[in-house]
Amino acid sequence: MASLFSSNPTLASNPSYLFSQAPHNLAAGNKEHGFYPYTDNGGSTLGITGNDFAIIAGDTRSTSGYSINTRYSPKVFRIGGDDETGEGAHIILSVVGYAADGTALKERLNAIVKMYKYQHGKKMTVKACAQRLATILYGKRFFPYYVTAILGGLDEDGKGALYSYDPVGSYEREQCRAAGAAASLIMPFLDNQVNFKNQYLPGTGVGHDLQARQTEPLPLHEVEQLVRDAFTSATERHIEVGDGLQMFVVTKGGIEEKYFPLKRD
Amino acid sequence: MDSLVTTYSRPAFEDEGYSSDEQQELIQAKPSLSLKFALPPMRNPSAFLRALTDDHANPNCPIKLAHGTTTLAFRFQGGIIVATDSRASAGDWIASQTVKKVIEINNCLLGTMAGGAADCQYWLAYLGMQCRLHELRHKRRISVAAASKILSNLVYSYKGMGLSMGTMCAGVTPQEGPALYYIDSEGTRLAGNLFCVGSGQTFAYGVLDAEYHYNLTEEEALELGSRSILAATHRDAFSGGFINLYHVKEDGWVKHGFRDTNPIFWKTKLEKGEFSNVTANL
Repeated sequence: MASLFSSNPTLASNPSYLFSQAPHNLAAGNKEHGFYPYTDNGGSTLGITGNDFAIIAGDTRSTSGYSINTRYSPKVFRIGGDDETGEGAHIILSVVGYAADGTALKERLNAIVKMYKYQHGKKMTVKACAQRLATILYGKRFFPYYVTAILGGLDEDGKGALYSYDPVGSYEREQCRAAGAAASLIMPFLDNQVNFKNQYLPGTGVGHDLQARQTEPLPLHEVEQLVRDAFTSATERHIEVGDGLQMFVVTKGGIEEKYFPLKRD
Repeated sequence: MDSLVTTYSRPAFEDEGYSSDEQQELIQAKPSLSLKFALPPMRNPSAFLRALTDDHANPNCPIKLAHGTTTLAFRFQGGIIVATDSRASAGDWIASQTVKKVIEINNCLLGTMAGGAADCQYWLAYLGMQCRLHELRHKRRISVAAASKILSNLVYSYKGMGLSMGTMCAGVTPQEGPALYYIDSEGTRLAGNLFCVGSGQTFAYGVLDAEYHYNLTEEEALELGSRSILAATHRDAFSGGFINLYHVKEDGWVKHGFRDTNPIFWKTKLEKGEFSNVTANL
């Protein structure tokens, strides 16, 4: 369930993103055209929250099959801004999968969050926005948006909030989540470094007596370094990840955008 | 102050601009084809959806949806126990280990989630809304029988479209007492004392059937629910993570924790001597 739920980029299997587009020739000489509305544009996104901030990052490469379409195609967006620059926004959304669906989804959510502000005279909470995004995705249950979305911002108490989604809208609030092509490379790293999974305190015993290390909220600069490490590593081992790393940091001071170059080969 | 003002006043500009219906039309690129759900523009939409998302028919399908579960619920003299695991998998990939598979419909009705995660989340939230409307219209709480029937009629109307859910509704009402129903996306709706649903159901039934009787004490019942899920997480690869335990009583449900399976497993093995097939030696 829950979100989550990026498609599994199985490391060794055939490239599942190559949809054969060739029309089939039937015996009678009639051509039958298949309906293949989706392409996987690759790339990866990642979100981590702390006590008073949320970070969502994504690489900027866009691929189809083995070719690179562009080295700068953003996957992370400001939602609910006052103008097209996104100034005044308080929520961030990342979409990975099929870029056209991702853009359509972003535009739609952005319109809804703005309409909400005009109609109610206050900003939409991240909690409300998260529920709304789930219903938007589920509205296309029978013709899904081919995207895995991650939504971030600050909750009513000013704490970092992160929600992750599957393509048809099941969602869950989490501390961290990686999505997209390199999710299976990044997520285990995050489990270990953010949630301290499988870490034990040395000297507390042997075997079953070992005490697990308790989780604690990480400071912003450490999380930022984790994000950069995750993406440089994913770039080394996944062909669809690279070129640039775009990072959005939400704090009570607003949204800050950062860009770091990644390897372009 | 802010909340007081919003409670007793309406924004001055509420009637200006587009109504919410008009906004919907603006937001949607084109009017939806059927009800409010978008459908692919083709003759057989459900076959299209199946080709893209059904991982049994096509393991290389591009859109992987979250699946796999063990959930159980049983009635006993002290109410109803509801227990689930917390793993969600998309194909071989473990998408999440922290899913909340017990959905709190209202303070005395619970739903469980097996099958498509989004289907269960969305429709149980919808059910929650219908239950609240029933309460407002009739000035009393909805019976579990009625609530479960709303859900089963709903999913039946979508039969063949590809919904996938196996859910249990558990609740206590003055007219019924503790009531438990099983509803699935095929349209089945059954009342009963004991159900296990999901890929790990057989393993859970194995433990539950052996130890279950109606006169369990509250403590025994909670332990049995937890132990049955533990058995399933041990033998079913698609189940795991945390054990989510609830007890539904006359005055509403009580949550009994969301606990990691791994320490529970080792405790069960080392202190009670169960799972003797597993070695504890390093």
